[in-house]
This record gives sequence, structure tokens and C-alpha cells, in this order.
Amino acid sequence: MRQIMVLARREFKSYFDSPVAYVVMTIFLLISGWQFSSTLFLTNTPELRGLFNIIRFILLFFIPAVSMRLISEERRLGTIELLMTLPVRDWQIVIGKFLAAYMLIIITLLLTMIHFVTVSFLGDPDIGATLSGYLGLILIVGVYLSIGIFTSALTQNQIVAFILAFVIIFVFYIIDKIIIFFPGFIAGILEFLSTDYHFNNISRGVVDSRDIIYFLSMIFFFLFLAVQTIESRKWK
Amino acid sequence: MISIQNLTKYYGTALAVDNISFEIEKGTVLGFLGPNGAGKTTTVRIITSYLSPSSGRVTVDNFDVQTESLEVRRRIGYLPENAPLYLDMNVIEYIKFMQSMRMEVSSTDGRRLKEVIGLCGLDGVIHKNIGELSKGYRQRVGLAQAMIHDPEILILDEPTAGLDPNQIIEIRNLIKELGEEKTVILCTHILPEVEATCNRVLIISEGKIVADGTPSQLQSSFEGRGTIVIQIKNNCESFIEKVAGVPGVERITASGKITEGLFNISLETVKGTDPREDIFNLCRDNDSVLLEMKREETSLEDIFRKLTRKES
Repeated sequence: MRQIMVLARREFKSYFDSPVAYVVMTIFLLISGWQFSSTLFLTNTPELRGLFNIIRFILLFFIPAVSMRLISEERRLGTIELLMTLPVRDWQIVIGKFLAAYMLIIITLLLTMIHFVTVSFLGDPDIGATLSGYLGLILIVGVYLSIGIFTSALTQNQIVAFILAFVIIFVFYIIDKIIIFFPGFIAGILEFLSTDYHFNNISRGVVDSRDIIYFLSMIFFFLFLAVQTIESRKWK
Repeated sequence: MISIQNLTKYYGTALAVDNISFEIEKGTVLGFLGPNGAGKTTTVRIITSYLSPSSGRVTVDNFDVQTESLEVRRRIGYLPENAPLYLDMNVIEYIKFMQSMRMEVSSTDGRRLKEVIGLCGLDGVIHKNIGELSKGYRQRVGLAQAMIHDPEILILDEPTAGLDPNQIIEIRNLIKELGEEKTVILCTHILPEVEATCNRVLIISEGKIVADGTPSQLQSSFEGRGTIVIQIKNNCESFIEKVAGVPGVERITASGKITEGLFNISLETVKGTDPREDIFNLCRDNDSVLLEMKREETSLEDIFRKLTRKES
């Protein structure tokens, strides 16, 4: 645990040592704020649903950008050899990196709460729905990020890691929007795999254990794949 | 300390390490030699548990590298080839990071940090980014992180690559010092380095061990035919005729006239003999003047070349 935190702290700091964190956070806040405010006064309703939709869309690009270098860069520089020969287990390394990126994104998400203040001037926003919406976002971020770490472990090339992560995330994002093309029983399965379907359940204010279990098992699954990918070096 | 039994490693179908076995005792400074691609780095990566062996068993301090790898890793300080470091960190941050990844850092460990920085000659650069450092300084940072937890075993893969001659001597002295109480594996293909620092040499070629022993043992077992080079003046032709008959001289390998009455002669001697005295006496009897006489011993370099040359 101690070593996970040491590693997470280093990774987190390295986001801020380079312009990555500042650029990514600024762009994220600019785009989400602009998109949100441009329609806010047309609908004139005091709710953040529109913001959450925009954020989920931006996350498609934003998360791969944050996660792409986590492991691929270590492979490119060769530092992975030192990291993997420290008295630390491979999964601890993956978790440490995951937590660092997670912290960065959660902070960015919290910064968007400024819009909650704006909306409060318009009327009385539903606090419960806002909080559950943020909970849903944080869970979605976890899933996307674990996918991003997995693809980052697959390659030495950050760009490849970015594109792979984007494609996989996009599939999970788009599924529930195209299920009308599938017959009923397949549609049911696909809907259950979709991240947005579960997000919508949670953001309605109903925090169901099925949705939580879905998110946690997705996170676990992709982190597990990432660890397996890293370990596979041993047998190549 | 380190025991390797029947270690074999395939990369796909390519054989990298071919059924090697050896033991390394505590306090050994082992020079692990071999041409590029001979399997040095692979062997080292298996000892550090970065890679798994295809078959065979490796133990460090009686801990198996596969099943008890964390125990193994705690005992090893490792400097991989080319010293891969985080270029965006500064030196002191990086060493501290590696220190706390390697062990529970207590209040006394600040002293260790200072000590290692001093030993590796990093005092002047501790606040610089590693990315700005020269290759030599990066090697030293790599060495510092490998030593920071005072490990029983140090594994250094080409630690002097890219260093200038002064730095090389410093690092060699450091390794020698460390070797007095620690076990060191030094991968290199720089032979004078081995002669200067190691008390055991292991030569590996195409995945197999081809020689194992102390530097002097290797030299004596390969001494075979020595070579004597002489330069004489006066009565050269008759000297050459007679010298072939001196006991211990196998044959004249080369003789060349430099100027009138001045000859360079190379002689091959029979194994285990030293005919220099007889050659001197012959010069005197023949009224020749001996200007130069030198016996060339088989160097590690010759042994290395002989053992690792691919047979064609």
C-alpha cells in the first residue's frame, strides 16, 4: 500500500511537472463550459444534465490523453525494467498509476462544479441529482481509465495507446445509442454492457448495486488485463 | 549467494541462454563477459526476475526468483543497460523515490542518501533534471539508485559505458570497494575493466558458458604458446639460424630486416618454458647485440577472442 502511494504521488506530480495537466485541464474546462453555457440560457432550466452529457463526450478524448503515457512511456524509455525489478508487485504498479490519473481527472471534474453555482442563480437545482451525476461520472472515468491503462501497456507508442483506448471506449459509449438496430435479446445484453446506460440509471438518483457492480467489475477487468499484459513480458 | 541451475531461456523459438549452471559466492566480484547478444543481459534479467526462465532454477540467497521474487528483489540493486531513468525528475527526487519504493524510509535514511550521493559524485547536480545530465552522470545516478538500499547484491550492466577515463577509474574503484563486502555481477565487454576489478570471470558465448575462473587461472590455462619478440644487431643471419635450436623455442614466426644489421624476430615458445635466458646467452656467444626482448603473455582479450569467435 505504501509503495502504491509513493508511485501514485510520483505519477501525479509528473503530470504537473510537464504542461500535460495544465493543458488538458484547461481545454477540458473550456470546452465543457462553452458547450454547456451555449445552450443553458436557451433551455433556461436549472439542471446539470446537459453538462454531464457534454462531459461524457469530452471524456472520450480526454481520458486516453491522460492515460496514454502511463505505461507505454516506461516501455519506450526502458524504465519499466527498473520499475518491474523493484520489490513491488506488478498489480501494485498498475494501481498506483491508475490512482494518479484518477486523482487528476477527479480534480478536473470537481472544477466543473463551478457550473452548479451558475445554475443556482437560475433556480433551484436538484442537489441529489447533481451528486449522483458526479458519482456516475467518477465511475465512468474509472472504467475509461482502466481501458486507457490497458492499451498503454500494450504498446511503446503513446499515439497507438491513445487510438486504441479511444476506439474501445467509444464502443462502450456508443452501444446504447445503436441498440435499436439489434434484435431484442442481443439488445438487452448490449445495453447492459453500455457505460451510458448505467450512468443514466445512477444519474437519475437511483444508486442501484447492479450499476455499481457493473462499473467496478469493468474497472477490475481492464486493470486485470493491464497487469496480465505487463506480466506477459516474462514469457515472450 | 546466487545459484543458477540448468537455466534455459527461449525468446519465441530463438535460444538465448542454453542450459547454463553456476554459483556465485558472497563477496565475489564476477565479471560477466560475452559478445553482444551472447545472453548476458537475458541471464541478468532472469536473476532480477524481470524475465522468467523457460526452464531451470535460479535462487538468490535461497529464495527462488519465480516464487519468492519480492524477497529476491529486496536483496538486489540493479543498474540495467543504458541506465534507463525518468528524465523529467531531478536527481535527488529520483533517488528518494527509488529509496522509498525499495524500503520503508526511516529518519536515519537521509544519511544513507547523502552518503550515496557522495560516493557516486553527484553532489553538484542533485537539483538538476536527469534529462539535462550527460551520459556519465546518468550512469552515476543509475548506480546511486542501485546502491541506495545497501543491497547485498549489485548487478551492473555495463556501468562504465559512456564515461570518460577519469570517471571510469572512479567507478571501478567504487566497484572494487563495494566488492569487499558485497556480491557484484559486472556485465561488460570491456576487458581491462574485468582485469582491474573482478576476482572471477565468466565468459558466455551464444548462450553457453565457455570459461569460468579467476583472471589469472584463465590466463594460465590459455597461456599455451607464448610469444617472444626480440630485436638484435650484428651477426643477425647466423643468430637466426642458431636461435631455432635453443631449447624451448618452437619456431620462428617472423623475422624482418629493419636496416642493415638490425633485425626484429618473433619466436613462439613451447608451453610452460621460458627460453629468454638462453636467448640472451646465445646473443653473447654470437656477438650479437640484444636491443630488445619482450615476452607477450596471453591477455584476457586473447582468451575472449579465442573463445567467442564464431566458428565459420
